[in-house]
Amino acid sequence: MSFLLSCPHCGPRPVDEYAFFGEVTRRPEKSENGSPSLRELTEYVYFRDNVAGPQREWWQHRTGCGEWFLAERDTRTNEVLSITLPEPSRKHL
Amino acid sequence: MRIAQQSGERIDRDRPVVFRFGETRIGGYEGDTFGSALYAAGLRTFSRSFKYHRTRGLYCCTGHCPNCMMTVDGVPNVRVCVEPLREGAHVKEQNVWGKLDLDVLSITDKVGGPFTPVGFYYRTMIRPRRAWPLYEKVLRNLAGLGRVDERGGHSRRYDVEHRRARVLVVGGSDAGRAAALAAAREGPGVVLVDEGPRRVSELTGVEVLTPARALGIWEGGLVPVDCGTVLYRYRAERIIVATGALEQPIVFPGNDLVGVMLPSAARRLIRDFSIQPGERAVVLGADEPGLEVADDLQEAGVAVQRVVDLRETPVRELEAQRRRGRVRALLVDGEEVACDLVVASGGRQPAYSLLAQAGARVEFDSELGVFVPTTLPPGVEAVGTVTGEGLQKIDVRPKHAGRGKCFVCICEDVTTKDVKRAIAEGFDSIELAKRYTTVTMGPCQGKLCQLASIRLYAQEVRAYESDLGTTTARPPWSPVEMGLLAGRHFEPARRTSLHFRHEEAGARMQWAGPWKRPYAYGERPEDEVRAVHESLGVIDVSTLGKILVEGPEAAALLERLYPNRFADLRPGRIRYGVLTSDGGRIMDDGTIGRLSEELYYVTTTSTGADSVTAWFEWWNAVWGYEAEIVNVTGALAALNLAGPQAREALQRLTEDDVSDEALKYLDAKPLEVAGIPCLALRIGFVGELGYELHCPSPAAEFLWDRLVGDGARPFGLEPQRILRLEKGHVIVGQDTDSESNLLSAAMSWLPKLDKDDFVGKLAVEHFAEREPLERLVGFVMEDGVVPAEGAQIVIEGYPAGRITSARRSEAVGSVIGLAWLPVERADDGTRFEVRVDRRLLGGRVKSGPFYDVDGKRMRS
Ligand code: FES
Ligand SMILES: [Zn+2]
Repeated sequence: MSFLLSCPHCGPRPVDEYAFFGEVTRRPEKSENGSPSLRELTEYVYFRDNVAGPQREWWQHRTGCGEWFLAERDTRTNEVLSITLPEPSRKHL
Repeated sequence: MRIAQQSGERIDRDRPVVFRFGETRIGGYEGDTFGSALYAAGLRTFSRSFKYHRTRGLYCCTGHCPNCMMTVDGVPNVRVCVEPLREGAHVKEQNVWGKLDLDVLSITDKVGGPFTPVGFYYRTMIRPRRAWPLYEKVLRNLAGLGRVDERGGHSRRYDVEHRRARVLVVGGSDAGRAAALAAAREGPGVVLVDEGPRRVSELTGVEVLTPARALGIWEGGLVPVDCGTVLYRYRAERIIVATGALEQPIVFPGNDLVGVMLPSAARRLIRDFSIQPGERAVVLGADEPGLEVADDLQEAGVAVQRVVDLRETPVRELEAQRRRGRVRALLVDGEEVACDLVVASGGRQPAYSLLAQAGARVEFDSELGVFVPTTLPPGVEAVGTVTGEGLQKIDVRPKHAGRGKCFVCICEDVTTKDVKRAIAEGFDSIELAKRYTTVTMGPCQGKLCQLASIRLYAQEVRAYESDLGTTTARPPWSPVEMGLLAGRHFEPARRTSLHFRHEEAGARMQWAGPWKRPYAYGERPEDEVRAVHESLGVIDVSTLGKILVEGPEAAALLERLYPNRFADLRPGRIRYGVLTSDGGRIMDDGTIGRLSEELYYVTTTSTGADSVTAWFEWWNAVWGYEAEIVNVTGALAALNLAGPQAREALQRLTEDDVSDEALKYLDAKPLEVAGIPCLALRIGFVGELGYELHCPSPAAEFLWDRLVGDGARPFGLEPQRILRLEKGHVIVGQDTDSESNLLSAAMSWLPKLDKDDFVGKLAVEHFAEREPLERLVGFVMEDGVVPAEGAQIVIEGYPAGRITSARRSEAVGSVIGLAWLPVERADDGTRFEVRVDRRLLGGRVKSGPFYDVDGKRMRS
């Protein structure tokens, strides 16, 4: 892995400056129907799609400005298709 | 041996250079390489081969083959034909037992030796099994190249430098230079990398690196360039590969003998170093450049006995005959030609490896009879002969008839017989045959043997080369020193602002994660423990992670990050907190003080500062609470002043009120101590009355000096470990691991499941429904032996648990510790056994703190 990744603040930098935080997951939440099942929780905590293709994932410019952002990357070629800042949401308050 | 000055010779005859070869002093000239100077001095045998210990001499003179590898100033496997001569250097031959000319191991060659055929280890040495260590030892001595100088490890300093280029050209051929110049006309940032040894003349606007080797092409336009002791990691927008073509060996018996060489070698010796390479020569060639060398030889005074143009004379039988490992005659279809030099080339093959690594397709061009790159990856271009341009068709037999060993791969000593044997044994793909015979896996990385082996293979299995394809090209393109890849040898240490005070006080420093911390100051850590129990101690806890969380929603953020409550914490108060993952596992712990309505001061474990900060920031990127997270670990130092006299000592240094009413247990309060603004946290990690004083790092030495001057005894990490263990305080990461959760680690009181949400809540809820399998408990050993951390607990003969901490405590009067036990064995008083060396020693579960059970002392 030696591709370049564009920080939303700092621009293209070698990937070693970043921390990878895995694919974007959906955190199960309580609803009117009650708590998520153990199965749903386990899926969220331990299972990943591990796609061969475009994947949405978390990155942090760890040794740079520190920003957390989302990248869409093709896991086969390391081509970065898009970079976005997250849109925070406090669901389940 | 030198001939008259050649036009363009590289040596400067007015500047002699002297070096040592073994015990002999040898002279050369500035501009020579070690190889050329040795050749000029009459040396012909440069090394012994990898497996058969056959004599080998200069073969390519371009740094591509294994033949001239020697140890120079302790560095093994230096290709001396391209290594510039250095005054006073010490050169030694390698892979030789005895003398270069008479190597005792070369009998493995003559008697056919037991260690010769390919696959021999795999088939023969598997039985008896227990004899393998012996075989291995013998084999290790027999095989291999060079020897690492174990003491010389740090004698050379290597560096890695990151650089950028707009255009990076690899290869200083005509095409490469032209491409570099053209690029330079368009703007700056053009770099040309050339292997040398012939200098590329100055090119306007181009930075020329030579001798230097591009090791590979990685994604993102990354090209590491080996410049000896510096590795440049280039990022290039455009990469132009102009690596040219490589002369290929002809496969015939005796083709490895000393005196057989490629035209490049003969030409270099003559033109660059003005050396006459031999007396009588035979030239075998399959293309113009391979035949033209005959003119060079003649001009240099070599009697050219015969020139064989293999395109016109399809020779069937070819055999080099030897005397004492050197060629003495060449048999050409039955006719013997006496000679001491055979310059043989089977045509040229594009040097496509870098392109192939970068992702280019490489295909067999049946017009040319060689492999050429076809489609190139984006950002990578190829110019010149590497594309196949200007090459002539290779039309040489894959192997020639004759008696004696016939080498396909001189690096790994693989013969045509070995390849045939591999095919006979069923290795029916080129990649498998490669792994079995190890052909192309030596120092040349296939430069001189890939084409030959594929052509031979194709002939043997009656297939087309185009159907076989090539084996995968992998970096590095040429051998590289491990030190260069590792970079400069250094181990960064984090030091607290009190580091030198500890050293002055004679502390034994130890690693604690990335930090250096005092283990203890004296020989007996127990004495430091006693000082804390009986009077007063002080410990540097600056390594604690320190994070400020500030903002109108700081409380809401922490409330959701931690399993327990922080929104209801009153300003000026402190609460212990443990972070869990969404899987419910324990991640880190620390104290959280609320300094005001909107400001919290969070401490973490010594190794957790960075990861906890990132963790907080990540969750807040998801949630978006109005709160700022600032890691102030380096900005602040922290000293823990602990012991029954702590209050009086503190009061002596401050005008603020530190009475128990004004600064209660678990209070956080700003104080001015000895004139230094501090944040005092009254907590009791070590079990006695104590104050953590957090102050600006630059003031820490001053504060430390005042406290120590006032009678506080410095104590180290080891005494602290004993003290906290006496209290049964858990160290996250020591007593817990990535499987531990709050309920099993005896902290079931901590998570507040009536909270709406916190990280790990769903998991903790699920844990709460079932009894844990294991529990973390305290124990006392029966007979005073301290078991190792990690020691196995045995119940009824079966492994059932493990010790995570154990120490002897004078205050408790026994050996105490923490251990994980099966839940049904974790009740107070239950007996278990621990494996200590080969014995089983008894211990008993004991719940609760071992010392000051009701916590009166730290609350006093
Ligand atoms: S002769 Fe030096 S590497 Fe081939
Ligand atoms: Zn950045």
